[in-house]
Amino acid sequence: MITINNIKKSFDDKEILKGISGEFHQGKTNLIIGASGTGKSVLLKNIVGLIQPTEGEIYYSGRNFTNCGNQQKADIRREIGMLFQGSALFDSMTVEQNVMFPLNVLTRMPQEEKEERVNFCLERVSLQNANKLMPSEISGGMKKRVGIARAIVNKPNYLFCDEPNSGLDPQTSIRIDNLIKEITDEYQITTLVVTHDMNSVMEIGEQIMFLYKGYKVWEGDNESILHADVEELNDFVFANKMMRRIKSNL
Amino acid sequence: MIRRESFSTYVSLFFEECIKIGYNSIFIVTIVATFMGAVTTIQTAYNLISPLIPDYIISLVVRDMTILELAPTIIAIVFAGKVGSNIAGELGTMKITEQVDALEVMGINAASYLVLPKVLASMVTYPMLVVLAGFLSIYGGYLTSMLTGIITGTDYIYGIRFEFIPFNVTFALIKAFVFAFLVASISAYKGFYTRGGALEVGRASTSAVTNSCIAILCADYVLAKLLLG
Repeated sequence: MITINNIKKSFDDKEILKGISGEFHQGKTNLIIGASGTGKSVLLKNIVGLIQPTEGEIYYSGRNFTNCGNQQKADIRREIGMLFQGSALFDSMTVEQNVMFPLNVLTRMPQEEKEERVNFCLERVSLQNANKLMPSEISGGMKKRVGIARAIVNKPNYLFCDEPNSGLDPQTSIRIDNLIKEITDEYQITTLVVTHDMNSVMEIGEQIMFLYKGYKVWEGDNESILHADVEELNDFVFANKMMRRIKSNL
Repeated sequence: MIRRESFSTYVSLFFEECIKIGYNSIFIVTIVATFMGAVTTIQTAYNLISPLIPDYIISLVVRDMTILELAPTIIAIVFAGKVGSNIAGELGTMKITEQVDALEVMGINAASYLVLPKVLASMVTYPMLVVLAGFLSIYGGYLTSMLTGIITGTDYIYGIRFEFIPFNVTFALIKAFVFAFLVASISAYKGFYTRGGALEVGRASTSAVTNSCIAILCADYVLAKLLLG
């Protein structure tokens, strides 16, 4: 479980996050949603430690991540897998080398065992024949799946996904969403997904945190989100025609 | 079991960087150094027209200019252009495509993983390139003197051995270490702190070369003053 307590973040004079608290539960896909510019990605970067919060604390299963030393921070980070918005694959390495990278650098596993683990992870994301391809030779959806394979290769306790569906077609998006959900259920990890895609919200949103202008204004699941009585949330959820139709049928 | 990045990882990275930084620079260093020596020989001969000055002085001047200045400093400028821009471009691209963030999130110290092997590889391979450049520059001068008949081969060899000061080689190597550190660390800094997009990566690359060149020239003056002045 990840607990965040009164997270505030300012860049110069501009306050982006204005005291956000909450809990992200193990074995669930936790979503942070909101319109562009509301601070979703900033909150995620604070949680994984890529940005230091101006104020507040972050706990990973009770361990204080904000105020611990570099070594303890690195130890916690080795329990983290992350899928980046642009996949962040190492473009000079093949798909296989990308997925094997954390094992090569952070473990002393024998080569055979590493290959077995990499093949297992690539199979898990349905990329069994892509080992020798370069990132420049594969599609956006495949890159995301390689990113997921790399994120889970070290058997993480926490999985973070920053806009996993950005730039993907609806079908591929659903495949990625389902994959994230399956992995979360299978390994019982704490998964945190930042998205503004309502399809993802409806598909995998077991626990949802809605941000608006740097504040948390609503929390719930994908059932209750359709009945919430929060104006900003309704503006976001029912922004498109299809969702408005759903609303009229509720 | 997950642990810190292993020492062997850094060793293999170091050797990879030695190949990228040192071995891959041999061609450009060879070309520049050989022509540098050849041109220096011709121009020195052009300036020393007095019959009172013996011919072997030409190669003596070529030798001292090469060892003291041309091999370590001019090659450092070339090194900054080739290796500095490469380091800044590589790290800058990794930064803007979140590859550096990916390393950090994995629990890998991105700065030491990406920068340290480059700086060490530069400091090890650049002095070797300077030694190579020194030999090739003097040899380029020798070839020119033979081809054009400016001075005889015997005079050239006599000149490069005449009143040779071994400390000059030590001085050149000290300069090489300092310049290599400056080029690698300035370029890595510029690349590592790139923000924005492709345009900024280009700017970081240009800025890395410009700043490295200025730093080389300043350090050149300081070292000359300290060690020879």
